[in-house]
Amino acid sequence: MKKFFTRRLVVRLFWVLGALVLAFLLYAWRSPIPPIDAPAAESFDAAAIRRGAQLAALGDCATCHTAPGGETFAGGRAVETPFGTIYSTNITPDTPTGIGRWSQVAFQRAMREGVDREGDHLYPAFPYDHFTLVNDEDSAALYAYIMTREPVRAKTPDNRLAFPFNMRFMIAGWKLIFLHSGPYEPDNQHDAQWNRGAYLANGIGHCGACHTPRNGLGAEIAAQHFGGGEAEGWYAYAINADSKSLEAWNAEDLHMYLSKGWHDRHGDAHGPMAAVAQNLSSLPDADVKAIASYVASVMGNRSPALPAAGADAGAEKASLSAAPSNDTGAAIYATTCASCHDGTRALPFGGVKLMLSTAVTGESSTNLINVILDGLHAPEGTAGAIMPGFSTTLTDGQLESLVAYIRSNLGAQPPWTGVENTVREARSRDRD
Amino acid sequence: MIELRVNGQSHNVSADPDTPLLYVLRDELQLNAAKFGCGLGQCGSCTVLVDGAPTLSCVTPIMLLEGRQITTVEGLGTAEDPGPMQRAFIEEQSAQCGYCIPGMMMRAQGLLQRNPRATDAEIRAYLEPNLCRCGTHMRILRAVKRAAAMMTGPDASPSTHTPVPASAQPDTSETDGDSQRDRRHSEKRERPER
Repeated sequence: MKKFFTRRLVVRLFWVLGALVLAFLLYAWRSPIPPIDAPAAESFDAAAIRRGAQLAALGDCATCHTAPGGETFAGGRAVETPFGTIYSTNITPDTPTGIGRWSQVAFQRAMREGVDREGDHLYPAFPYDHFTLVNDEDSAALYAYIMTREPVRAKTPDNRLAFPFNMRFMIAGWKLIFLHSGPYEPDNQHDAQWNRGAYLANGIGHCGACHTPRNGLGAEIAAQHFGGGEAEGWYAYAINADSKSLEAWNAEDLHMYLSKGWHDRHGDAHGPMAAVAQNLSSLPDADVKAIASYVASVMGNRSPALPAAGADAGAEKASLSAAPSNDTGAAIYATTCASCHDGTRALPFGGVKLMLSTAVTGESSTNLINVILDGLHAPEGTAGAIMPGFSTTLTDGQLESLVAYIRSNLGAQPPWTGVENTVREARSRDRD
Repeated sequence: MIELRVNGQSHNVSADPDTPLLYVLRDELQLNAAKFGCGLGQCGSCTVLVDGAPTLSCVTPIMLLEGRQITTVEGLGTAEDPGPMQRAFIEEQSAQCGYCIPGMMMRAQGLLQRNPRATDAEIRAYLEPNLCRCGTHMRILRAVKRAAAMMTGPDASPSTHTPVPASAQPDTSETDGDSQRDRRHSEKRERPER
């Protein structure tokens, strides 16, 4: 029998493999962009800076690029990923530790291709798969805004990623598969407002970064756009036709919710969405309306599940009669929750009717449990809905009974599975 | 009847199970330190400790508290023998109208029991749920720092340290017929001599 792996074949294979690795390295290589002297603040147009501030708010740049208790945009916030911990970078115009020596070309390349000035690939925790849609004018405005911030000296901590995820050139392979660069292509089937909304929501707004599920390599699953995802220990609801909201959303509801952070028939923005709504409140109304119009269209038209506010009592009664009995949960709800959630005070001063809350009717018990434990807090320095948390009051068993009662009896939905685990995980997270 | 353990003592209370803890403390046990502010769990003046953690007693029905350790300002010390948190608030003259102060002391106590070396930023963040309308926040913050120093500093002797954990105190199982004065006496007896 002839030996298959002849010496000659092994040598050939070695060369082929070597050539492939070399080709990939060449493919992955990006040239550094020459450093510049930090541009003077006067060199930027004031209108561009103002517009850049709005775009930065819509992009929630400060949310990730600010460490807890740290200086705005100075980075250092730990972003937990399934592959390890990535620290957000300092994007103030500081020269040694920030992006003070980045030209606008370098800034734009980072936004569109996920490559830093030195030529290193950036991890897609920085959502350049969305930012690639940002047009030249908006990119210039963002650059003008960022480069006119106060420089802050703050060295970004080293990422903690296991091999092979710590090899940055590998990201080039990820991009080859998952990054679709290019400007926003308007959809002629829709009007200008819709297109504006789609450009903002899918570009700088990067809604899908949380609201779209991700595959095993951390890329958004395009076929399930807005199908519901996860963010920082919260469930980001499906905001497409799969929305589990009892009452269908429309553009007006979304506009109110996005600009105020609450809607009387849908409830409050909580978790990471609270900061998003807070940021959106600083945007021109036309932009928020455009986003609302686009997202409402993605969610589609659904006949309202409920006739009107007045009909609540009847519907609630019907669901109660079918649900399993749960005396403990019912008693806790009646004594602890009902005075606000079944009261007569309207939002934001009273609680939402829980049957209307997607935290109750949705796919996951995570958000309901988080809110019961921690309550709701108005974003710092602003007015907003608040709810006291009950983490110190309720034992795990009491909390599970309460969650089961709310889900079955108020949400009229089949029980969630794994509530016990969700409670344990929610308790173990840092609850500052 | 629900059995509540407050400041190390057991009480069988006759109130309905859905009664908020605050009402039972004030009306049935005559422990009047915790205050009724908003009744909605939004101002913090009713704060007490449940198993060492700050809890808003106005929105907490007693049915949830069987077997839990409840601590109120009365459990931090007495008028004659104030605990470190109380002494710190007196020494800093932190009270103006004083209505928020018991809640402030209890939340601060909850923090320092867990983390006696809390930083200024941590103290500020932790006290955030408690409101003060007089504006004595700076004095309150100084008092908490002072209390922390008393609890951790070289002067911290057993008697000036945090109160004996309720679980470690003997269960005197007093009935609700006892007067406030009797309770104070019995409590004082339980405290170690200075």
